[in-house]
Parts: sequence; C-alpha cells; structure tokens
Amino acid sequence: MRFMMFMYPGIEEEEWEPSPDAVAAMGRYNEELRKAGMLLSLDGLRPPGDGGTVRFSAEGEATITDGPFAEAKEVVGGYWLIQARSKEEALEWASRCPARGCSIEVRRVAEMEDFPQEVQDAYEGP
Amino acid sequence: MTEATRAIEAVWRIESARLIAGLARMVGDVGLAEDLAQDALVAAMEKWPQTGVPENPGAWLMATAKNRAIDRMRREQTYERKREEVARDTGALFALERSEFEAAVDDEIGDDLLALIFTCCHPLLSREARVALTLRLLGGLTTAEIARAFLVGESTVAQRLVRAKKALREAKVPFEVPRGAELDERLPSVLEVIYLVFNEGYAASAGEDWVRADLCEEALRLGRVLAELAPREPEAHGLIALLEIQASRLPARRGPGGEPILLLDQDRGRWDPLLIVRGLRALGRAEALPKPLGPYGLQAAIAACHARAIRAEETDWVKIAALYEALTQISPSPIVELNRAVAVSMAFGPEAGLELLEEIKDEPALAKYHLLPSARADLLEKLGRKQEAAAEYHRAAGLAANHREQELLLGRARALT
Repeated sequence: MRFMMFMYPGIEEEEWEPSPDAVAAMGRYNEELRKAGMLLSLDGLRPPGDGGTVRFSAEGEATITDGPFAEAKEVVGGYWLIQARSKEEALEWASRCPARGCSIEVRRVAEMEDFPQEVQDAYEGP
Repeated sequence: MTEATRAIEAVWRIESARLIAGLARMVGDVGLAEDLAQDALVAAMEKWPQTGVPENPGAWLMATAKNRAIDRMRREQTYERKREEVARDTGALFALERSEFEAAVDDEIGDDLLALIFTCCHPLLSREARVALTLRLLGGLTTAEIARAFLVGESTVAQRLVRAKKALREAKVPFEVPRGAELDERLPSVLEVIYLVFNEGYAASAGEDWVRADLCEEALRLGRVLAELAPREPEAHGLIALLEIQASRLPARRGPGGEPILLLDQDRGRWDPLLIVRGLRALGRAEALPKPLGPYGLQAAIAACHARAIRAEETDWVKIAALYEALTQISPSPIVELNRAVAVSMAFGPEAGLELLEEIKDEPALAKYHLLPSARADLLEKLGRKQEAAAEYHRAAGLAANHREQELLLGRARALT
C-alpha cells in the first residue's frame, strides 16, 4: 500500500523559509524513512505565491487565480509518498516527524484495483 | 483487534528488525534475540494500552528486552549448570552492561541489521528456511502470515523456523557481516532470498490473499534496505533496480479476466512511472560502481531497455541481445540462451535467432519447456516455413501446462494451415 503524507506547516507565507536546524532534523527523518525502505518520493513545496489556483465552475469553465492567499496557514507545504503495510504503520511514521505546531495528513493512495472494472477499463494510463 | 493493539503492531513492524539485530549482536544468537524481543513486545502489549506509546518506542523495547535478557541469564546461571552456556551468557552479560543502546551510532545499527540479513540468509540453511527466517526476523511477519503467503501450513513454517534457528546455533554461525571474499560468496544467497520473495508475490494473482501480493512490496522494501546498507555492491543496486522495474509492470501484466499479458503486448501506459524512474536510478548507481554488473544488474539493464521504450516497437533489441550475451558469459543457463535467441531474432531477424535455438534444441533442461518450441514456431512462421511452424506449435501446446496457453498455441497452428 502507498500513503501520501501531506505536511500542513501552519505558517504564514512570509515565514515559509525553514531554519537550518529544522532542515537538518527533517533530513535525518527523511533518511530514516529511506533506510527503512519505505520512502518512494518526497518534495517540499514553494509558498503558494509561487503558484496559483484554477477554479472550475459547475459548467466546467476554468478561472485562474494567483496566490498568495489569506489562508496560507491551511495550505500544503510538502509531501512524502511512502510504502507502508498498514494505515497504522503510516500514521506511526508520520508521528515520528520532527515537526512543531503543524499537522500531517496521511492518506492512502488509490490503486487501480480500488476501482470497479468499468472504471479500470476506461483508464488509458498516465 | 483494538486500535491500541494495531498501533503497537505498527511499531513492532517498524522496530522489530533493528531490535532483534541489536539483541543478536549482544547475545550472539538470533533465536534467543527473537525470544527477548518477543518478551519486550508482550510487555508493551500489557503496558502501552494504558500509558500510550512512549516517545521513543524503539529505545523502550530495547531497554525492556535487555532487562529480560539479564533476568533470564541470572536464572539460567542458577538453575542450569551447562558449562558452555554459562560461559557464553557471562560474556553476553558483560557485553550488555558495557553497551549502551541509546548511544549506539547509526552505523552500528546498520551493521547489526546487515549482519541479521546475512545470518537469516546463511547458505547452510535451505532456501525455504532462509525465506521464512528473513520474513520473520526482518519483515516482522508472523508465522501465520508467512504460511498464508507461501500457501503452506502454519506448523510447517513454525518447524522451518525452529530448525533454522537451531541449525544456526549448532553451527555456531557468528553474528557478523562477512567481509572480503566471504562477502562476495554469501551475497548471492541474500539476493536470492529477496528475489524469491518478490517472485512469490509476483506470481500471486489479483484478488488473491493480500499477504501474497504484499510480498512484492516487502521484497522491494528489503531490497532497498540492502542497497542502503551495502552501497558498494553493484548487485545490491542491480537487484533493486530489477525489482522496481518489474514491479512497475504489475498493473499491466493481467487482463480483465486475470489472464497473463506478455511483456510486448502490455499497455505500457499502465506501467508505474515512479517505479521505472526508481529502477533506472538504482541501475545507474550499479553502473557507476567500479565492479562490473552481475547477473541481477544485467537483468535490470535488460528490463530497463523495455522500460525506456515508450512503444514495444521502439525496443532496443540490439542492446538487449548484447546484454543477454553478457549474461550467458557470467551466468549461463538454457533459459538465458533461449531469451538471447529471441532477442537476437528481434534485432537481426528470425534466421539468426533460429540458428541460436538450433544450438539448444536438445538441451535436456528445456525438454519439457513449452517456450522453446513456441519460440521456434514463431521464428519458423516468420520465415514462411509454415508446416514446420505448425508442428512446433503443436509440440509447444502439448507441453504447456496452462489451458489458456494451449488454446493460444493451437490457434496459431490452425491459422497456418
């Protein structure tokens, strides 16, 4: 099973740059994940101002809005994609993260087999 | 199962290998180390539901196991007067008091883990025993889970484990990472175990017991751990490269009815791009080392040729043929020769492939192997030698174990007449 761990740093856009100490601690944590053979991929994200949002109306019309947003505290700051043998194991790994004043959301990645056959058949690959 | 038990189980899965490895280093016996670790798990099961999981569960488990070790040794020293055991236990006790787990540096933990891998995969053990012991001590699987994964009885697995631990004890196999020439000699046994675990999972079909399908993931995990612990060994990277690329094809290898789809017919859009990238990167690491690629590295390089081709027609068969040729040099087998002949036919035409197949036509190891006549039939058909081709298809159908495959081969024979 694969799990995506989303880090919600709970910080404002202007405090986005982490301290060297925090980066070092996170590096050790990532190393632990890697050595355990669990880590598939990870990334830290730039603040929302470096990206934007595309919103779709009920008719499917797309509108682009720029960041930054007032609610920067609620945005994703980075993610890990890990392999774990159970939800509990993924949650245990997440709880070992050297984090302060933030949250990590753990979600299981959907596999093809999770979908009904007709949905699987309709899929044309990435 | 309560939420607390599941949380403890998750901690166990994460910590047990390191715990057993650290204890085995102290007491010099993986069987005893496992018992001690189990004692600590039982203590955790009693305590944690009330207190919650401690801040550093690994250290808690190790401290508890150490205390149990000391208790046991005191008891054994009082009641059992076996001279040899007393001597060993005293030595272990001395080691216990000197060693401070919390202060142990990362390298030592890594070394202990690697020693545990090599001990579980010791060549004096049978293949089945090595696989069971590895899944038990490194994967944290229960005996019941191993039994389910390998479709054998639980008592069979339990017996295998007991015998394996006893054999290691009686042979006084030292708990250590082999060095130099001995490392080269024993690494293949480790690689083979991981490869076997992967293949067992790969053979499981969709919808089957999750434990079986999970074997692939566990093998991938063990392979990655090994590559981290033995970064200078090209075969460690070669094996994980091969497994990542093979695993990338898992979503594409079966049709809606569960029928196997051959590599060249697979919908490549379903191959997992993340695993391909990981596999190619691991292969790059193997190739960057001064030691040449071994059998796993070469197989990974072949798998990489397929992975790099966006469409089957774009496959670099000339390179694949050359890689098979290299593989026949270091790890010759009739199956490799057969695959080489097929690659040569794809690269240089059916005539060249057929010539190579002639050489292995009477190979006893392939006498019952339906893919040999079916490969010959395919090449004869391409050369327009219809009658010979049909005869070979019939021969192949007679050897194929699988009904669906027989149908396919007979269908091709019919189409020729």
